Amino acid sequence: MNLIAKPTKENIKTYVPFGLSLVSISFLDVFINAFFNFNLMAFLPSQLGYFLPLILGFIGFYLIRIEFSGVRYLDILNKNINSNNFNALLTLFTIFIIIKSIPPMLDWFILEANFIGNSKEDCTGDGACWVFIKVWFNRFMYGLYPDAEQWRINTAFLILFSIVGASFFVSEKFKKYFILFLVFVFPFLGIKLISGGSFGLEYVESAAWGGLSLTFIISAFAILFCFPIGVILALGRRSSLPAIKYISIGFIELWRGVPLITVLFMSAVMFPMFLPDGTFIDKLIRVLIAITLFEAAYMAEVVRGGLQALPKGQYEAAKSLGMGYWKMNALIILPQALKLVIPGIANTLLALVKDTPLIFVVGLMELAGMIGLAKTNPKWLGMAMEGYVFAGLVFWIICYAMSRYSQNLEKKLSTER
Amino acid sequence: MSKIIELKKVNKWFDKFQVLKDIDLEVAPQERIVICGPSGSGKSTLIRCINRLEEHQKGNIIVDGTELSESTKNIEKIRAEVGMVFQQFNLFPHLSILDNCSLAPIWVKKLPKKQAEEIAMNNLKRVQIDDQALKFPGQLSGGQQQRAAIARALCMEPKIMLFDEPTSALDPEMIKEVLDVMVDLAKGGMTMIVVTHEMGFAKEVADYMIFMDEGKIVERAKTKEFFESPKSERTKLFLSQIL
Repeated sequence: MNLIAKPTKENIKTYVPFGLSLVSISFLDVFINAFFNFNLMAFLPSQLGYFLPLILGFIGFYLIRIEFSGVRYLDILNKNINSNNFNALLTLFTIFIIIKSIPPMLDWFILEANFIGNSKEDCTGDGACWVFIKVWFNRFMYGLYPDAEQWRINTAFLILFSIVGASFFVSEKFKKYFILFLVFVFPFLGIKLISGGSFGLEYVESAAWGGLSLTFIISAFAILFCFPIGVILALGRRSSLPAIKYISIGFIELWRGVPLITVLFMSAVMFPMFLPDGTFIDKLIRVLIAITLFEAAYMAEVVRGGLQALPKGQYEAAKSLGMGYWKMNALIILPQALKLVIPGIANTLLALVKDTPLIFVVGLMELAGMIGLAKTNPKWLGMAMEGYVFAGLVFWIICYAMSRYSQNLEKKLSTER
Repeated sequence: MSKIIELKKVNKWFDKFQVLKDIDLEVAPQERIVICGPSGSGKSTLIRCINRLEEHQKGNIIVDGTELSESTKNIEKIRAEVGMVFQQFNLFPHLSILDNCSLAPIWVKKLPKKQAEEIAMNNLKRVQIDDQALKFPGQLSGGQQQRAAIARALCMEPKIMLFDEPTSALDPEMIKEVLDVMVDLAKGGMTMIVVTHEMGFAKEVADYMIFMDEGKIVERAKTKEFFESPKSERTKLFLSQIL
C-alpha cells in the first residue's frame, strides 16, 4: 500500500524541501543532544524520542530519493549515500555516530584537558593530562641523553633536515652530490657527532640514547642498509648460479620465519656468547644489524615481486645491446622493477619504523619505550593513555609523511603519460 | 669470400624437444638473408642463437671470428656487434627515446654522453623519428616504437642486424613505415638476417632465402630461384599458402 506517492520528478518541488527539512531536523536533534545535552524531543515518550531522529531522517531520505532529478547535487547525494533504504540507514547511523563522538573526544583532548602545571596534581580536569607530555617531553625526544649534550643531536638532525630540504631546490647536477653525501658520509658523521668520544666531544654510550631521536636513528640506518641488501638478495634469489640462489633463499626464509622480537633478543643475549672473549660489539649496533637483516629479507621479496613482473623482453633487449649482468640490472631492470613496487617498499619501510619500539626487549628505549618507562614512574601513574595517544600521533605523522612521499615519488617517476 | 657468420651442425633442444637439427649456415658480409617458415619451425630460435639469447647444445657458432661459448666475455663482445630487433619492440619504457638509444653506447662502448647522443640523434633522423626523441616509448605508435628500436640497435654501430618478425605485432598501416626503414638499411650495405612473412620485402632486398621446417633448413636458394622454382615440395606448399 502506498501511503504517499512515489517521489518522482513531478513532485520534486514539494518532496525535496520537505525531505531535506526532515533530514536536517534529525541531524539538528542529534547535534543539540550531543553538544548541549538538551533533548528537543523531550516532550515525547522516551523510546519514541530516542528513535525519532532515525525515523525522521529515514523518511526524509526516502522523499528526496528521486532518480535522474536533473539537480546535480541531489543526484550526487543520492548516488553516493542514499541509493536505497539500507544505504540511507547506514548513512544516518554513520553521521549520528560521528556527531555523537565529537563532544567527548573534544572534551578529552582539549576542552577538559590540562595544559598548565608541572605535576600530576595539577591535572584536576576530567580530560587528558598533557602536563605529563610537557614535563617528560625532553626525555621523550632524547631519552637519557645528558641535557648538556643534547645540542649534538639537534645539530645532527638540523644538518640532516637542511640538506634534505636544500636538495629539493638545487639543480639535478648538484642533487647527485647531496644524495651521495647523505647516503655515504652523513650517517657516519652524524653518529660520530651523537656518540662523541673524539674531537673534544664527551662520549655518550648508546644505552643512554633514547626517545624519538633513537627512533629516527634506528629507522634511518635500518632503511639505509636494508634496501641495498634486500635488492641484492632479490637478485640472488633469481640467480642462475645454484650456490648464490640457495644461500639467498635460505637467508630470506630464515629471517622471514622468525619473529623480530626473538631476533632482537638473540642479538642482545645469545650473540655475545658466540664471540671470542674480549670482543665487544655495542648493543645498539647489534640491534641495528638484527633489524636491518630482518627487514632486508622482507625487502628482498618485495623487490623480487617487481623483478618477476617485468617482461622477459626487457632482459633480452638489454642483453642484445651487449650489457652484462650488472649493467643490465642497474640500468634497465631495477629502475623499472623498483618503480613497480614503490607501494610495497613503502609498506615494508613503514612497518620497519613501527617495529622499532620492539627494541625495548634489549633495554633500549625509543619513543614508545620512554613513554612506557615514564608511565611507571610513581609520581605519574595512570598516564598510559596520554602517553600512548601521543606516541600514536607522532608515529602516525612520521608514517603518513613517508606514505605521502612514496605516492609523490610514484607520480613523479611515472612515464605512462 | 670470408664469412661473418658461420653455423656448423648446430643442434638445440628445449628439454627433450629438438628445435634445431644440424643447422649449417654461412653468411658473408653485406649479405641479406630472409628466413621464412611455418610457426614452430625454429626460425626465431635460430637467429636468437646467433647472439646467444638462446643457448645451443651442439655444434659451433662463429660470429665475426669469435666463437660463441660459455665465455661471458665472448658473448658480450658478440652482442655488442650484433644488433637485434624484436617482435615486441622491447624498448625501455622508463627512458625517453633518446636515452633508449644513447644508453648502450654510453655504458657498453663507454662513449662520452654528448657523442652518444649525437649518434642517437643521427640514427633517429635516419628512421625519421628525431622529432619524437624526448618522448617516452608509451607515447609512440607501434610503428614509431619499432623504428625507435631499430635506431637503438643501430646506435651500437653493429656489423650485423637480426630482425625477429619485426612487423608481426604491428597494425597493417604501420608495417610499411618499418619495412621502408629496413629496405633503406639493406641498401646501405648492412648484413641482415630477417625472420619475416613479408614476402614483398623479401623479394625486394634478400640475396638468399632460407625456408625452415621442423628445425631443419629445408631449402636455401637465391631469392629469384626460391620464388620462381622452389625445389622441395614443402616449400612449394608453404609458398602457395602464403602468396
